[in-house]
This record gives sequence, structure tokens and C-alpha cells, in this order.
Amino acid sequence: MTDDELIWRVAGGSGDGIDSTSQNFAKALMRSGLDVFTHRHYPSRIRGGHTYVEIRARDGNVTSRGDGYNFLLALGDSFARNPSEHAVYGDEEVKPLSENLDDLREGGVIVYDEGLLDVEDVPNFEERAEENNWHVYPLDLRSLAKEHGREVMRNTAGVGATAALVDMDLEHIEDLMSDAMGGEILEQNLEVLHDAYEQVNGMEQSHDLTVPEGEHDEEQVLVSGSHGIAYAAIDAGCRFISGYPMTPWTDVFTIMTNLLPDMGGISEQVEDEIAAAALAVGASHSGVKAMSGSSGGGFALMSEPLGLAEMTETPLVLIEAMRAGPSTGMPTKPEQADLEHILYTSQGDSHRVAFGPSDPKECYEQTRAAFEIAYEYQIPSIVVYDQKLSGEYRNVDASFFDRDPAPDLGSTLTEAELEDAPHDETGKYERFQHDVEDGVSPRSIPGQSGGRFLATGNEHWPTGHIAEDPDNRVAQVERRLQKLDAIRDDLDDRDQQVVYGDEDADFGLVVWGSQQGTVEEAVARLNDDGNSVKALGVSDLSPFPAEEVRAFVESVDEAIVVEMSSTKQFRGLIQKEVGDFGGKLSSLLKYNGNPFEPAEIVEAVELEQNGGGEPTAQTTLEPAAGD
Amino acid sequence: MSKAFSAIEEEREVERDEFTPGIEPQPTWCPGCGDFGVLKALKGAMAELGKDPEEVLLCTGIGCSGKLNSYFESYGFHTIHGRSLPVARAAKLANHDLEVVAAGGDGDGYGIGGNHFMHTARENHDMTYIVFNNEVFGLTKGQTSPTSPKGHKSKTQPHGSAKDPIRPLSMSLSAGASYVARTAAVNPNQAQEIIVEAIEHDGFSHVDFLTQCPTWNKDAKQYVPYVDVQDSDDYDFDITDRREAADLMHETEDALYDGTVLTGRYYKDENRNSYQQEKQQRGDMPEEPLAERYFDDDYEWERSYDVIDRHK
Repeated sequence: MTDDELIWRVAGGSGDGIDSTSQNFAKALMRSGLDVFTHRHYPSRIRGGHTYVEIRARDGNVTSRGDGYNFLLALGDSFARNPSEHAVYGDEEVKPLSENLDDLREGGVIVYDEGLLDVEDVPNFEERAEENNWHVYPLDLRSLAKEHGREVMRNTAGVGATAALVDMDLEHIEDLMSDAMGGEILEQNLEVLHDAYEQVNGMEQSHDLTVPEGEHDEEQVLVSGSHGIAYAAIDAGCRFISGYPMTPWTDVFTIMTNLLPDMGGISEQVEDEIAAAALAVGASHSGVKAMSGSSGGGFALMSEPLGLAEMTETPLVLIEAMRAGPSTGMPTKPEQADLEHILYTSQGDSHRVAFGPSDPKECYEQTRAAFEIAYEYQIPSIVVYDQKLSGEYRNVDASFFDRDPAPDLGSTLTEAELEDAPHDETGKYERFQHDVEDGVSPRSIPGQSGGRFLATGNEHWPTGHIAEDPDNRVAQVERRLQKLDAIRDDLDDRDQQVVYGDEDADFGLVVWGSQQGTVEEAVARLNDDGNSVKALGVSDLSPFPAEEVRAFVESVDEAIVVEMSSTKQFRGLIQKEVGDFGGKLSSLLKYNGNPFEPAEIVEAVELEQNGGGEPTAQTTLEPAAGD
Repeated sequence: MSKAFSAIEEEREVERDEFTPGIEPQPTWCPGCGDFGVLKALKGAMAELGKDPEEVLLCTGIGCSGKLNSYFESYGFHTIHGRSLPVARAAKLANHDLEVVAAGGDGDGYGIGGNHFMHTARENHDMTYIVFNNEVFGLTKGQTSPTSPKGHKSKTQPHGSAKDPIRPLSMSLSAGASYVARTAAVNPNQAQEIIVEAIEHDGFSHVDFLTQCPTWNKDAKQYVPYVDVQDSDDYDFDITDRREAADLMHETEDALYDGTVLTGRYYKDENRNSYQQEKQQRGDMPEEPLAERYFDDDYEWERSYDVIDRHK
């Protein structure tokens, strides 16, 4: 890789303010005209433990984290409990430096806080630095911060040092600091920033890494996948959210909770996820657009209310933020292994809509689609994403969010419409009629005159009353199934699958969700290097776009299905839905808790094209099973 | 009167028969079942209060009690086992003009749904919760329930239950219910009076309703003779005093298993804000019912674009 990009990694202890520091630095890079992409790595602990955020910035579209990185700001872990001893988690204080060396590219730059960590404690540091031609700049960030203000301002000192080392103008950083703080705090931070900047500029510099230059056609905003989901919910008219905290779902829950009161909406933190989903059902039933969500463990508890929503045909949107499982698994690490969980949980022939978006824009589009379809077809819609996409920030045109709201309740009647709707001879509304277009029987809302009916999880007559009559049963089952065909037609118009790369390629990659952007970059790189490869990114998980996927797989000689799962769940879904291609589809799997890097996918494609082999990274290549 | 929901708060005389379905399904309750007593008292109470059947949302759980919806004409939501309360309280948040009543059995409310019971009581939603307490699982054929007496023998507890029964009234009080009463199917006048009071109370009203099960709990008394603690000179206590209420609840719970059926009002706190009031005071809930907004063509919907500047 050439260094036409800056991949800046800021590393410290959990609690060292890495998140806010990186946010502001990413924004400064974005304001300077660059495209940015962030990657967040953190342990499942509040204090102590090593965390980092990586910001990749370059001129033009960035869809993935890079292979490794080229600038390390190692703050040191100020929360290390027993820095002098090797505790169960190892020597905490130097981790922000020692644990980040493996991925640092040759010729990379290191700034570390010598006020807090000592390179003597990092095994073979000098040798490794020399071997890899790293340019090392020790700075006493702690003292520098203390001199002008408080120790916590050492992050600001680190940013100042970075700016000096990569020839970055301080203007955007200063603006952002002025937006975020004021008074004495601002003044002290500005002093720290400038002092660090000048001290570094006074040092002898040996590297040649500089920040790239770029320009945007229009104003940009920096948003994460969680923002995409929450903002779509707001624009879809969702004004009720119920939830229980669980990483990483909590991000969406928090964003919504902060916004809803000012928008006249309601957020409810409840006793458990059974209640969370049941509340969303109750609110939706009573005429409010509602959502809930969780991560895998909490979603397991939602299985029952999910089935209730399916049977009572109550519109419902659920969000599932995957993390590595099973059970508690690795709470802050991504995986895509809840796919089968969200598709199949709940008893009986249950059915639902599920989307797996790949980036913040798709999060927005597909969450809007999830609401529209849930309310139009009276079915639960699930948006499934993961820890990676949840906290991954990217720049998007600000105008992307300048959209009309869509608060419509879908197939819901007004009192005037209810007057002409079918009722039984006693005046009860036939909420679940047998023969209706697309299988959708419009609903009434409690409180409406002329709309009373019974909603029940039991099989039921058109008025909702409990029934075990075989003819009625068949009619109701078939009507509910009919909705799925109608939804598939609707989704075909929405066209949520994406094909990348060389249209005529005879080698393909198939991917879903958060790994899509990484595959996109790998495909571009492979094709630049003279290969001919294309990729299909699938977002519709249910109802599945079988024809589109079939056409893609038919068009290539062989394809690798890329997913973060050890049991090939997505490949299994394709083969189940398409009913073919067992001999054509191999798998590239990763389940070590870290998302794919583009080079790992490039390597897998090259290995497959040369007849297979063992990948060097912690990934697994599984051959095709045979038809 | 609401524009979108004209059944709500319409002032008119209501006949009790309006709560009887035009085509009444064959009852699935056994002859002599106490559940008929709840149905009768609820219909009477709603008519007495002048409620329109279409402004009432009755949410039930699973079990014999859950069949209440089939014989009571209103909007109904027959939910899943133990989950009537979270569905019901969200309906109340979505449209606080609705008259929301939740109902379920002792297994439903004190067993599988116990967590929701505790939290709904502590939040003090303005709704009524009726628990059909027959001290047994009826619909699944007579297994031991959370309120079955210690030593209760059944196919799932062949050597007699080793567990002390749950104390529903005490639990309700400590969880935060602001109206707690016990009545019995064999006492229809008191039952209707208590349900009227429970519905009128602005907060979470919990009615433990003793419903005899002639099929699976033959040994159980028919809850006669009963004593109304308000009418008896033996029980002098202040219904607004938490300690006095707690003492009498404890005594009532013990007495039931010794053959003395105590009923009546045990606790009432009229000073505590309902959940809706608490949320509205914090600006966390709109004054107008949220559901109305979706039928208001003139409402200017807020957009995410309104807050996008924070991302620039």
C-alpha cells in the first residue's frame, strides 16, 4: 500500500477519552475535504484495558478500514490499576503502545506519551522500530497538559503533535474545540494544542507521511450506522422506543432516547427484553409507530413477543446489533452469527422481514424500508447489523438526510373508512378477512368507533375470535404467507442488493452486512492488479432475493461467500433459498472478534484462484461442499 | 372528544349488555367457575362508569382467565403467557385516553409474569390489573401454581409442594401498587364495587380476585364464608397507612390457608402521581395522546435533518 492516506490510530485506556478525541479529529479531517472512516476497538470493561480508534482518511471514497495503519498516537493507559505488576490482563500501562505494534506499517509514525509509559517496558521496542523503519517521537504529553491545564488534556496535546507531524492545519481542530467547549477550559486546551504543535515542529523529523489533500462537492456530516438507523426511525415517524441496555444495541437506544422527548415521543427503559418487545407491540397496536431492539442475548428474550406480533399482524420494527456469541460471548466484538437466530427464532411457521445494511446510508434507507413494510404489510421487520457498523463513522453528504418524513401508519383505517369496512352481524370489525389483496387486511385502532376486534396469539376467525376450524386455519395461514410474496415484489422495486467490480468477471464474492465495504475495497484492489472479480452485497435476508442471487452465482465459475461466522450461516441461507450451487460456493470465515481487512479477502481470492491453500491471517477458507 | 377516536369519553348511558358479545361463544369455563364472577363484575363496573366498549382495551394473558376477552365485548388483546402488563401499559402510553384493563391468572401474573407485575406496579401506570386467583393451573389441568398452598399435591408436585405460596397483596404493596384489594367471585356486589374503584383510581390498581376452580381445586373452599375487612369490627386499620395495610395483608394471606377468607380494600394512595404524570412533568411524554398525531393531517413532523448540524 502506498501512503496516499492517513490511518491514524489513537490508543489508550478505556476511560481515557479516546472516543471524543477521535470523533473531533475525524471531523477535522472531514472538514478539510477528506473522506473518513473510523474503526473502534475496545474491551468489555469500563475502566482499564486497552482501546483504540482508527481513522482512515483519504481523498475519495473510503469503504473500509485499511490493512494496518501508519500513525500511532499511544497515550498510555492512565487507568492501569497495577502498572508495575503483570496482572491477569498483563502490563496495562504500556498496552496502548505494545499491543498496537503488529499492525503498524513499515515506515509508520509513533508518538507516545513518555510521561506515562516507558519503552523499556515494551519488549524489543528499539529493535522492532529499527527493523520496520518506524519514526518514533516521544513526548511528555502529560506534563505538557498539566503545564497549561489538567492532565486529561493530554489527548489535545496528542492531536497537536499529530497535526504538526502530518502538516495539518490547526484551523478545523480549533473550530471544533470552540464548538465543544468554552471559557477557561477552551483557552487551556488551545494552549496545550499550540504548545504541542510548536514543540513537535521544533523537533527534527525523519518521516515523510503527510495528511492527504481533498475536497468535497458539498457539506459533509460524520455519522455512524447507529445514527443511520435512529435517524431513519425518526423520519419514518417512529415516536416510541422501548429497550433494555445491551452492547452494542445501546447506541441506537441512546440516540433515540435523547431525541424523542423534544419530538413529543416516548422512550421507555423497561425491566427486560421480553417487556421491551411487548411494549413496542402494545404501542403499535394502539396506533403509534414503535420499535424495540437488542443484541443477541436480549433478542433471544424477544422471541415470544416477536411471534405474537407475527400472529396478531401487529406492525413492529426490531433492531438486532450482533456481537460475538454464543451466550455472553465477546460483548464488544463484531460477528455475523446471529443471522439464523433472527431469521428463525419463534415457534411455528413464523415469518418476518429482515434487512442487513452495510453502511450508515444503507442503515438509514433500510430502516426506513423496514418501517414502511412493517406498517403496510402488518409484519415484524428486523434490521440486523453488528458492533462494527454500530460504531463505525463515515462522512455522508449532509443533504442525504434532507428527506420528507413518512409517518403514515400504512394499512390502517380511519373511522370514516371503517364505516364501509366489513363487520359481522353483531357489529364486530372483521380485522382478519380471508380474501384481501396481497393478504393484507387493514387494521383498526382501539378507541375508534366501529373498529372493535380481538387480537390474539391463537389462530382466529376474521373478527379475531379464537378458532381451530380447519378451513379458517388454512385460509389464515395462506393469507399471511401471501404477504411475503407481495413484500418480495415490493423489495424488488427497492433494489437493495449491490454488485461491485467487473461485470464480466468469472470469479465472484458474496457478502452481507458490515463486511460489504471491505469486500468492495478488496474487489477494487484485485481488479486494479489485473484480476477480474465482482461481488454481490446482499441486504434482503428475508424474504430472500433468490432470483438475483441465483443470477449472480450463475454468472461466475466460482464464488467465495465472506462472513464473520464459523458455521457458514450465510452460505447455508443462500443454498437453502436458491436450492443449488453447493459445488460453486466456498467460504471465507473470520470469527476472532475482529472484522476482515481488505488484504485478507484479496489473499483468499488469490488462493482460491490458484487452487486453494491456507490463509496467513486468522481466517478460514472452507471449500465448496459439492452439490 | 377525540377527533380520531370518537368512542373515547363520549358521555352517554351505557347498558351492561353492550359488553356482551352479540354472538356469545360457547363458554370454555366449567359450570360453577369463579371466572364468570369476574366477567359479571367487570361488565357491571364498566356500565356503571358509562364506558363505551370501544374506548376499553382489555389485555389478557394465557390460561382460563385469558378467555375473558372472548366473553367481553370491547377492543381486546389476548397476549401471551405472563405478558399482558407490558402490552397494556404501552397501550396506555400510546393513548392515555383509553381505559386499559389487564387480566390474567395467578400463574400468569405471579409466576411467569411476576417481573412485569413488580415493575408495572412500581411505575404506577393508571390502569387496572385483575388477577384471577384460583390457587391452581386450570387450563393445563391442575398443576401447582404460585398461590397453591404449601403441601399442594398435583401431577407436577406428587409429594406435595415444598414451597410457601406467594403473598400477592404484600408483594403488590411493596412493589408500589397504589390501590390493592382482594375480592371473590362469591361476593358479586363487593367485586363490582371494587372494580369500579380500581378503574376510577388514578394509578396502578391491583385486584386479587379469588375465583374458585370446581374442576381442579375441588378441595379448595368456595371462598365462603368471606369477611369484608371494611365491614367487620375485628379489623380496624387505616387504608392509607402502609404499615397497617401491610400487617393486614400478611394476616389475610395466612388466613386464606387456614380457611378464613378475608376480602376488601387494603391499600390506597391517592397522593402518588401516576406514571403518565411523572413522565409529563419531566417532558418525557406529550400532553396529547400520541396516537392522535398519526391521524392529524396538519401535524408538522420533526425530521432528523433538524438535528444534523451536530454531525458537521
